[in-house]
Amino acid sequence: MSAPILQARNLHVEFSGVKAADGVSLDINEGEFLAVIGPNGSGKTTLLNLCTGYVRPRSGSVLLDGHAITGLTPRAITRRGVARAFQIPQLFSDQTVLDNMMLALAAKDGLWTMVRPLGSRARRDEAIALLDLIGLRDDRNRVSRTLPEGHRKLLDIAVALALKPRLLLLDEPTSGVSTLERFSLMESLMSALRQRSITALFVEHDMDVVARYANRVLVWNAGTIMAQGHPDEIFKDERVLKNVIGVA
Amino acid sequence: MIRTLVFVLAVLALVIAPTVAPWLEFVLTIAIAKGFAALGVAILLRAGLISIGHAMFFAISAYGVAFFAGSGISDFGILLVLSVVVAGMAGAVVGAFLVRYRAIFFAMLNLAVSMVFYALFAKLYGITGGTDGMPVPVPHVFGLALSEPAFKNVLFYGSVALMVLVGFLVHRYLDSPLGHALSAVHTNEVRLEYLGVPVWAVLLVAYVLSAMLAGIGGAISAFAIGRVVPDFAFWTASGHLVLVAVFGGIGGVPGAFIGALFLELLHTKAAAYTDAWNLIVGATLIAVIMFLPKGLYGLFSRSEVSAQ
Repeated sequence: MSAPILQARNLHVEFSGVKAADGVSLDINEGEFLAVIGPNGSGKTTLLNLCTGYVRPRSGSVLLDGHAITGLTPRAITRRGVARAFQIPQLFSDQTVLDNMMLALAAKDGLWTMVRPLGSRARRDEAIALLDLIGLRDDRNRVSRTLPEGHRKLLDIAVALALKPRLLLLDEPTSGVSTLERFSLMESLMSALRQRSITALFVEHDMDVVARYANRVLVWNAGTIMAQGHPDEIFKDERVLKNVIGVA
Repeated sequence: MIRTLVFVLAVLALVIAPTVAPWLEFVLTIAIAKGFAALGVAILLRAGLISIGHAMFFAISAYGVAFFAGSGISDFGILLVLSVVVAGMAGAVVGAFLVRYRAIFFAMLNLAVSMVFYALFAKLYGITGGTDGMPVPVPHVFGLALSEPAFKNVLFYGSVALMVLVGFLVHRYLDSPLGHALSAVHTNEVRLEYLGVPVWAVLLVAYVLSAMLAGIGGAISAFAIGRVVPDFAFWTASGHLVLVAVFGGIGGVPGAFIGALFLELLHTKAAAYTDAWNLIVGATLIAVIMFLPKGLYGLFSRSEVSAQ
């Protein structure tokens, strides 16, 4: 098995008495595509928030490449190679699709190289290539707030990919995307992840997507990991079928 | 293309105006000075931050000119650069605290700090001359001692040149990733953090730049008026800069200067006809806000779009 890129150890976090993580430990291994499934409100997004520094655990630690990142800001963790796409797309809504992409590419280069024009030829080409990959090339000159929700979702993922992360955390990447476009999005995403050797964790409710693309599934329920394993095993687990998949 | 042509014609008209009506020279110099300060305010407005205190940097730079001139420095260029650097340094110190705040807190804290500076300028009589202010002598230009009218000529044309040069540099800044990141603070600060961009640094750069722009305006005003007074830092002066920025529009660099020129000319003309000139200025502002939400500059950017 390949080495873990991210490790969570004994994480505890609660909101108003509700436990979103109750002593959770997990590893995300280099190169894998790990799916997290579970009922709404079970704490799946909190896991992403913990891993990216948006929420600090009451106790426990998060390690990236063996180094503690607990307590670091989302900015510091992003700069260490962890990118995130959100359940509700987080875009610069007044800027064009292309500008959103180019700003992400420029951000990767660092603040102090940011005084040259945003739309340099090389950066524009790179942004368009990524938009092409994700299927948004034709929308490149649209202001991002005018995009349909599915395309906003795609752009959010493309922005995260533009950061050239080692680990990508995706929160329901296919929600809001039409059924017809769902699998073509996932194919494009998987292709981009393989090309760039990006490890990924994705929270997902669509079990067809999970079954088809995940190497491993982690079942999250009431702030704990109920089960984990290969999709084939998980989808045969009676407890998972009864408590999670039936309501996911 | 049309916008460039309009811009060139506008600058030419500005250059020629004082030869046609000499009284315009002082009015336009002051308008350009306020335009610089309003541009500083407009930069912060792009990030959704309203500063009701930027007149403090205008005043700090103006007092800087008076202090440096009083200490024996007589060169126009050196006085200008030093005073703007002082305004920038003050911007870095004040900004380091204030860029952590947003919305009304940012606006009010700027107002509070500016009133502290106003009080210092007004009360430290032994140092600042109190409400009498400090005189600013006519400086040397490239080693030449000029008469006051000749210097005022140089100041006006120098201000126009500086407006074009600094305006171009600010335009480049706004077109850079740093400038786009500044606008992005307004729309999605969370995503910016998740791009690994330090939002505080983006805002601090903008704040220092805006303070330096206000400083350029303050220095020009000090030279043009020949005296600096605490009222330069009063909160109504800061409010006026916000008014100019909104009036001109924050969509592009020329907006602040268009707003300042228009308001200064309107004020001058209205004051010549009636004591109730504020009524005319106020009514005009209401009309602009209602019918031109992008300010006067919106007229030009709209014609650009329709030309395409």
